[in-house]
Amino acid sequence: MAKLSRKTQLTTGGPVFVYVDEEQDKIVRVTPIDLDDADAASWEIEARGRTFKPPRKTTVTPVTQGYKAMIYSGRRNLYPMKRVDFDPNGERNEEKRGESGYARISWDEALDIVASEIKRIKRDFGPGCCVIEPSSHHLWGNVGYRHSTLFRFMNTAGYTYGDHNPDSWEGWHWGATHMWGFTGRLGNPAQTDLYEDCIKNCEMIVFWSSDPETNNGIYGAFESTVRRRWLKELGVKMVFIDPFYNHTNGLYREGKWLAPQLGTDSALALGIAHTWLTEGTYDKEYVAEKTFGFDEWADYVLGRSDGIPKDAEWAEKECRIPAYDIRALAREWASRKTMLAAGGLGGWGGCCRAPGGMDWSRLMIALITMQGFGKPGINMFSTTQGAPVDSDFYFPGYADGGISGDCDNTFGGATFAFRMFDGVTTKSMTSALSTAAGVHINRMRLPECVLDDNVEWWGRGFVGASLEQQFHRYEYPTPGYNRIQMLHKYGGPMIGTMGQGDRYARMYRTKRLPFVVSQSIWFEGEVPFADIILPACTNFERWDIGEWANNSGYNPDSHNQANHRVIVFQKKCIEPLGESKSDYEIFRLICERLGLEGVFSEGKKDIDWVRQMFYASDLPKVTSWEDFTEKGYYIVPVTGKAPSEPAQRWFAEGRPEKLRGWATNLPPMAKPDSSGLQTQSGKVEFVSNSLKRFGHYDTDDKERPLMPMYIPSWEGHHTERFKKYPLAVLSPHPRFSFHTMGDGKDAFMNDIKDHRVEINGHYYWIMRMNPKDAAKRGITHHSTVKAYNERGSVVFAAQLTERIPEGTCHCYESSAEYEPIGEPGKSTDIGGCINILTPARFLSKYASGMATEHCLVEIEKWEG
Amino acid sequence: MKQHYLVIDIEQCFDCNNCFIACKDEYVGNAWPPYTDAQPRHGHRWMNIERTERGAYPRIDVAYRPTPCMHCEDAPCEKTHPEAVIRREDGIVLIDPHKAQDKHLTKSCPYGAIYWNDESGTAQKCTMCAHLIDSGDAPSGPRCVHSCPTEAIKHYCLEPAEMEQKIKDEKLEILLPELNTKPHVFYKNYHLFNKAFVAGGFLKGGECVKGADARLTGNGIDERQATDCFGDFKFDNLCPGDYTLYSDDKAVRKVTVPEVGATDTIAFNNNSQNLGNIEL
Repeated sequence: MAKLSRKTQLTTGGPVFVYVDEEQDKIVRVTPIDLDDADAASWEIEARGRTFKPPRKTTVTPVTQGYKAMIYSGRRNLYPMKRVDFDPNGERNEEKRGESGYARISWDEALDIVASEIKRIKRDFGPGCCVIEPSSHHLWGNVGYRHSTLFRFMNTAGYTYGDHNPDSWEGWHWGATHMWGFTGRLGNPAQTDLYEDCIKNCEMIVFWSSDPETNNGIYGAFESTVRRRWLKELGVKMVFIDPFYNHTNGLYREGKWLAPQLGTDSALALGIAHTWLTEGTYDKEYVAEKTFGFDEWADYVLGRSDGIPKDAEWAEKECRIPAYDIRALAREWASRKTMLAAGGLGGWGGCCRAPGGMDWSRLMIALITMQGFGKPGINMFSTTQGAPVDSDFYFPGYADGGISGDCDNTFGGATFAFRMFDGVTTKSMTSALSTAAGVHINRMRLPECVLDDNVEWWGRGFVGASLEQQFHRYEYPTPGYNRIQMLHKYGGPMIGTMGQGDRYARMYRTKRLPFVVSQSIWFEGEVPFADIILPACTNFERWDIGEWANNSGYNPDSHNQANHRVIVFQKKCIEPLGESKSDYEIFRLICERLGLEGVFSEGKKDIDWVRQMFYASDLPKVTSWEDFTEKGYYIVPVTGKAPSEPAQRWFAEGRPEKLRGWATNLPPMAKPDSSGLQTQSGKVEFVSNSLKRFGHYDTDDKERPLMPMYIPSWEGHHTERFKKYPLAVLSPHPRFSFHTMGDGKDAFMNDIKDHRVEINGHYYWIMRMNPKDAAKRGITHHSTVKAYNERGSVVFAAQLTERIPEGTCHCYESSAEYEPIGEPGKSTDIGGCINILTPARFLSKYASGMATEHCLVEIEKWEG
Repeated sequence: MKQHYLVIDIEQCFDCNNCFIACKDEYVGNAWPPYTDAQPRHGHRWMNIERTERGAYPRIDVAYRPTPCMHCEDAPCEKTHPEAVIRREDGIVLIDPHKAQDKHLTKSCPYGAIYWNDESGTAQKCTMCAHLIDSGDAPSGPRCVHSCPTEAIKHYCLEPAEMEQKIKDEKLEILLPELNTKPHVFYKNYHLFNKAFVAGGFLKGGECVKGADARLTGNGIDERQATDCFGDFKFDNLCPGDYTLYSDDKAVRKVTVPEVGATDTIAFNNNSQNLGNIEL
């Protein structure tokens, strides 16, 4: 083999060296990055008589390790295609979407059809009728990310954005913000410098609906694994509250596993609070000084206001965890400096995406507040962030607007847009439609916006400037605007990721949606429902720039998941496969046909935007463009790091908040000054003033009371449906794919034993069941089963395991494959989309967050 | 002469599969003559991760055993197919792709580490990434080792005497020692995969007792623990046999750890015992 050249790339699962045979234009090998002696030194922490220093190597997730199989996949879209029975000038056969075949067409024909449809729709229907819907996490890179290239195109071409819900923040965004603010982080607390605080002071960590070894924070690969290992070596005790014996628990090995019945985590939390209240083992001084409405809430917990003491025995009846274990946990917790890891980052994921997510998130705040939130060793800290890196060195994240500078729909306005665009030689491209006065479509209500005459919802997902924006009412069609005429789908599938996912299949099969374009790398999910398929390439086939784990935006300083700040020149490793093109080039060519090419591209290629972004960051202060692009990455030194200031210490110590970095440019407007929290009282509000002012708690917002309470789940064991569907399925974010990336695509991931199981040549998604539940139904290990409820039915491979208690099942969400065996949208799926069975319902009527983490089903043997 | 060895720590493996996928990254679509043909896209597990679950809800644990070719000194494959199998002086065992057209070669390995490639018509297996070791090309060692985030898999090139010392110091074990194949792949903390535990919790007056005395005797052991805040104790590394659980010298429970069959696959009828919560 010829001498290989070493390139650099970056993904959701870590940065990599890419070894390329340039003669054959072939990627040979993808590996983690070994830092060399020329790279900046790593941080060191002295704690409990030892010195801790991270490995001089980056980590990768299995998805990233397997990227080559996604690049070289038989499922790649290599040529533009047209649905065989689609004629833009005649019969469109919209109802046949999902069944028809495709014929290869030229790029010219494909682009002409798309451009002429856009022109026709804009002329005949006006603005707001072309909707673009990207997936959440697609290809890493600040130029190529959806907030960047896609938004620049969307705003140039005059499209409307299908608004994303804060899909991993839900309960924190819609619930926690009303208890402690932090809207600028969508309800999650900062994690700055908390690892050092933890390793020096913390004695116990309670992981509650939190599995860092599966979810890696979000983009941090296995960077925090070694940090937890050190905590274990120092004797920090860990407790895991999760219906599933998760992989963090498994690697720690010595933890206590408490598995609440699905939907009852809030009851368990109240049982702990009751124990503290009755035994007097909470921080009374802290509570007296720093909370609002605590006594009223305590009356509820103690049963003074409703006659039901929420004691450990009461909690046991709901959550099935023995009262003695609840009390033992409460006592140990109160006697030790304890961190609460409530989700994957500072909150985030897990239970907050389930029915009752708003109460669970608020009760997590209640518990950590009762123990003195912000004091040394006592915090909301999931161990996945808070590495002591220099966060003041400026490099933007993907949510900071990239080449769009769209300040309505990204964080470009906080800092970045002003560094990137001078307004003379280069201009941002903001939205005229996805604005306050424009058109909004909620991603989770896209099918209804197509199929129903009128749809309404409250609040948008990513509105962090104030609490009040959550209460804005939206309706569709938007007054003054016409209805959707065209959907431009981009990136991963909605069917596998949204509640009651096959609604989207039904949405495609109607004349109410006259034109569908799918811009996609792979032929998967709902791509086979498009009229025109535009083949995109991966980021390994084009230029980009980005920083590992740095999304910024509503998750500022998220780069502190990784042990080193790694800023990567994402090199084009190979030419795009087949006739596929970069997303930037596809959008540019559409703009060319719309007469907007100059406005969109400013005459630049993707590499030119990469260079512009380099100069908009702090990189030119420390390196040259030539050196940076030659080496391919830059490690930010820790020598410039600000002195350690553990997050929320200011609050515990009654000091004003010292805003730094990103936050100084966008303080939440609701906070009148730097002292106290963002709530009306400036305190942690056990009775929420913002809900009292604006909420519908006293009319019909049944699931968001003023106080955090236990409200039996509407998808739980107290419902009538439970009699028919007695198995409760937990469906968290997947371990071996990142949303749908990594799954399907004929990729290596399919061969992972705990990801899919091959039975008679088909790779089935896995449903984990307790052997007792399986035995009752005659189900054996690795046999095919059908899970169903009134929403639909999906076939899985059963995995029998003690990792899940009787009555509960476990099935990761986000299958990339949707394979209906009959009529699309109305028949059994053998692809493995558990989300066909999860609710499309919002958290509550006025909190339009998704609640897809739980669903009730029945399961039976399936023999095809 | 220095020999190549792999040491795999069961305690640090949590089934992330980076080793399995890195192996595919290296070999699928890439032939490395004369070491091996390309690995087919699906089906082969040159690094085969086996799993065992121990105990019963809620006192369980799960162990994984990454299982590559053992690079045996007395390799059964070499015995049955001397023309196709080469054992190098440095201890790496390779299958010559041009001479391995006999499908029976796959049956010769008691560890199931040899796979048949229908596309090329050859038997194949883990090469310990000998092409990277020999060339020094990055990452200059086995890919599974390089991509492991917990250093659960380590590669050593040592004199046999140095390895002997390591085996003693780290209590390393081998698979199927009764076959005398002399593997160059060793396991650390292997009891987590193939031995049993006895676990439970003590209650007094319906409350968990922290710091209670728990003692397990029998079958040649006598171990003592203080219970944790949940009243929990866990005795590990147990062989099948009869034991007695004591607290403060009072016999609490007779426990039998039964014999079970092979633990090379997922075990539901595993012999670890969750005794539940016991009122003292």
